[in-house]
Amino acid sequence: MTVESTAARKPRRSGAKRSTTARDAKKQPEGQTELVQLLTPEGERVEHPEYAIDPTPEELRGLYRDMVLTRRFDAEATTLQRQGELGLWASLLGQEAAQIGSGRALHDDDYVFPTYREHGVAWCRGVDPTNLLGMFRGVNHGGWDPNSNNFHLYTIVIGSQTLHATGYAMGIAKDGADAAVLAYFGDGASSQGDVAESFTFSAVYNAPVVFFCQNNQWAISEPTEKQTRVPLYQRAQGYGFPGVRVDGNDVLACLAVTKAALERARTGQGPMLIEAFTYRMGAHTTSDDPTRYRSPEERELWETKDPILRLRTLLTREGLADDAFFAELERESDALAKRVRDAVRAMPDPDDMALFEHTYADGHALVDEERAQFAEYQASFVTAEEGI
Amino acid sequence: MAAEKMSLSKAINASLRTALESDPKVLIMGEDVGKLGGVFRVTDGLQKDFGEDRVIDTPLAESGIVGTAIGLALRGYRPVVEIQFDGFVFPAYDQIVTQLAKMHARSLGKVKLPVVVRIPYGGGIGAVEHHSESPEALFAHVAGLKVISPANASDAYWMLQQAIGSDDPVIYFEPKRRYHDKSEVDTAAIPGPLHAARVVRPGADLTLAAYGPMVKVALDAAAAAAEEGKSIEVVDLRSMSPIDFDTIQRSVERTGRLVVVHEAPVFLGTGSEIAARITERCFYHLEAPVLRVGGFHSPYPPSRLEDEYLPGLDRVLDAVDRALAY
Repeated sequence: MTVESTAARKPRRSGAKRSTTARDAKKQPEGQTELVQLLTPEGERVEHPEYAIDPTPEELRGLYRDMVLTRRFDAEATTLQRQGELGLWASLLGQEAAQIGSGRALHDDDYVFPTYREHGVAWCRGVDPTNLLGMFRGVNHGGWDPNSNNFHLYTIVIGSQTLHATGYAMGIAKDGADAAVLAYFGDGASSQGDVAESFTFSAVYNAPVVFFCQNNQWAISEPTEKQTRVPLYQRAQGYGFPGVRVDGNDVLACLAVTKAALERARTGQGPMLIEAFTYRMGAHTTSDDPTRYRSPEERELWETKDPILRLRTLLTREGLADDAFFAELERESDALAKRVRDAVRAMPDPDDMALFEHTYADGHALVDEERAQFAEYQASFVTAEEGI
Repeated sequence: MAAEKMSLSKAINASLRTALESDPKVLIMGEDVGKLGGVFRVTDGLQKDFGEDRVIDTPLAESGIVGTAIGLALRGYRPVVEIQFDGFVFPAYDQIVTQLAKMHARSLGKVKLPVVVRIPYGGGIGAVEHHSESPEALFAHVAGLKVISPANASDAYWMLQQAIGSDDPVIYFEPKRRYHDKSEVDTAAIPGPLHAARVVRPGADLTLAAYGPMVKVALDAAAAAAEEGKSIEVVDLRSMSPIDFDTIQRSVERTGRLVVVHEAPVFLGTGSEIAARITERCFYHLEAPVLRVGGFHSPYPPSRLEDEYLPGLDRVLDAVDRALAY
C-alpha cells in the first residue's frame, strides 16, 4: 500500500517489530485499540470510555454544514488555481473532520497557530475565507490581523509555529487567563527540531497548549514511515505529557478529544498531543503530483472513510436532517463558491510602493532611502510620457 | 540616578533592571540567565529580585528560546532573550530570519514583535570554537531586523533601553571583550537617536569607521597616528542596520579618506556595504579608495592564532598609511 524503502524492508534484529507495528497501524487504523473513534466509517455512533460526547441534532447539522462548506471553499480555491487566479493552493480535502472537529472545540479566547492548510479551522474561527487567498494569489504574505479572530497567520516554514504557540501559551499562563492555544502541524513537521523544542518548552513550563498533529500520511512524497518509527502520539510520553490518537476522519472524536485537551490545558494541567489519523485526499499542493508516489488503491481505501459521508449517513439514518436541509446547504455552498470566486478576481494587486511598507514598525533609514529612490524612478516614466 | 562610572556589563545589567522595573511586560529569557546570572554575570541578581517568572532560565535550545519569545511577544510581552555566545545563534537563525524578521510585514503591520536578541560576540578572549564570532552582517542583511552594537558602557545602557522600547526586533551585539571596560553612564541623560553614528574623535586626514569592540582599537590607532602627526577622525557606527551613512559621508567629505574596521570577515561584510555606499556618495571627495580591515575568509581560528586574525593596532595603522599614500 505504501512506498517503503529498501532499508525498511531489510530484516533487522532490533526495530523490526516496531516497524511492523507502524505499518499495521497505517493499514488498519480502526483495528488499533488506541484510536479514539465515536463515529464509524459506516456512520454508526460508538462509545469511548474517556471521550463521551452528546451533541444535539442542531450541533450535528452544524458540524456537517461546516465540513461541506469548507470542502466547497477548498474545491473552489483549487479550481481558481487551475484557472490561473491563484499561484498555488494547499487543499485540505479529506481533512475536514480533523479541522472542523478541533476548530469547534475552541473557546473565543483560545488562540490558534495554523500551518498553511487549516482552512477549516479558519472557518471555525470566523475568518473570512477570502482572507486566506491573498497569499496564494500573491498579493500579500497573509495580511489578516491575527488578533481579530485569535487565528495566527499561516506559517509556511514547517513546524515554526509550534514554538510561537508555546510562547503564546506561556504568556496566557503568566496572565492567569482562562484560555488555551491550539497548535497545528503535520506528520512531516513532527521531524522538525522546532516541534521537539516546543514539546520540551511546553512541558517544562506546563504551558496551556494543545498540539494537534494532522497525520495525513504524506509529507509531499514522504510517507509517515520516513518521519517516525513509532506512532506519533506516543512521542508525547517522552516529554512528559499525554498523547492520544484520534480517528481524524471522525468529526465527533476530533471534537471530543480536542475539547478535553483544551479544557485540560485551561485548567493548568499542561500540554497534550493529539494525533489526528487522517488522509490528504488530494495533492500536497497544486504543484504536486501524488500519482508519482502513491497508488490509486490507497486513495480508494480512504474514500470509504470519508468524513463528510459518514456524518451524512448518520444524519439521514437517524432522521436528523431532511432533504430541505441538504438542498439549502447546497445553495449555500454555491453562494459561498461564487462569493470566493468574485472576491479573488476583484482582489487588487498591491500598489508598487507597498514594497516599502511594513518592513519595520518604527521606520528604517535604508527603507526610506530606497523608497524615495524608487518613487523618483517611477516618476521619471510619467515625466518622460508627458514630454516634460 | 546620576552619572556613575561602570563597566559595560554592569551597564547592561542596570539597563535590564530598569526595563524590568518600568514595564511588567519585559521578560529576560535564556540559558543560565537566572541563578547563575549568565556565564558573563550580565544578568546577575535579576532573577533574585524579579523572580523566575520574569527572568526565565530556558531549556538549552536556541530556536526554542527565540520561537517562544515570538509567541510571548504576540501575547503582548517584550522578551529580551540572551543567546549565550555568537556561534550558537545559528540554531535560532531560522526563527530569527523566517519568523521574527518577517511577521510585521506579513501581517501588513498588524503584528508587532518587540523582541531583543542579546548576543555576546567577537573574539579576543581566548575562547574555544564558536565562542568568538562576529555574524552581524548575516543579520544586517535581513530586512525586518535592526542590528546594533554598543562600544562603551553608556551606549550599552541606553541602546538597550531603546532596543527594548522599539516595536521592531533588534539584534543587540555585545562586545564581550569590552565587558569589563569602564566608562561614565548617566542614567538620567536623554540619549541620542539609536541608529545615529557618532564622531568619537575628530580629525582631518582620514576617517576610521568602527563599531563594538573595534572602536577602542580605532581610537588607539588614531592616538598612535597622532604621534606621527596624522589627524585621524574616528566614527563609532553603533548601528549596522540601519547604517548612518550621512554621518560617515559628512566625515569623509571633510577627510577625503575612509578605512572601515571590524572583526568580522571582510568579504561581503559591513565594510563592503560602507565602501560601496560611500564611494557612490563621496566619489569626488575621495582621495583614496575606501579600505577595509577585518577578519579573513577562514573559520574563526583557534585562540593561539586569534591575534593574527583580529585587526590590531598594526594592521589598522598599515591601512591608514596605505590610504594616506594615495
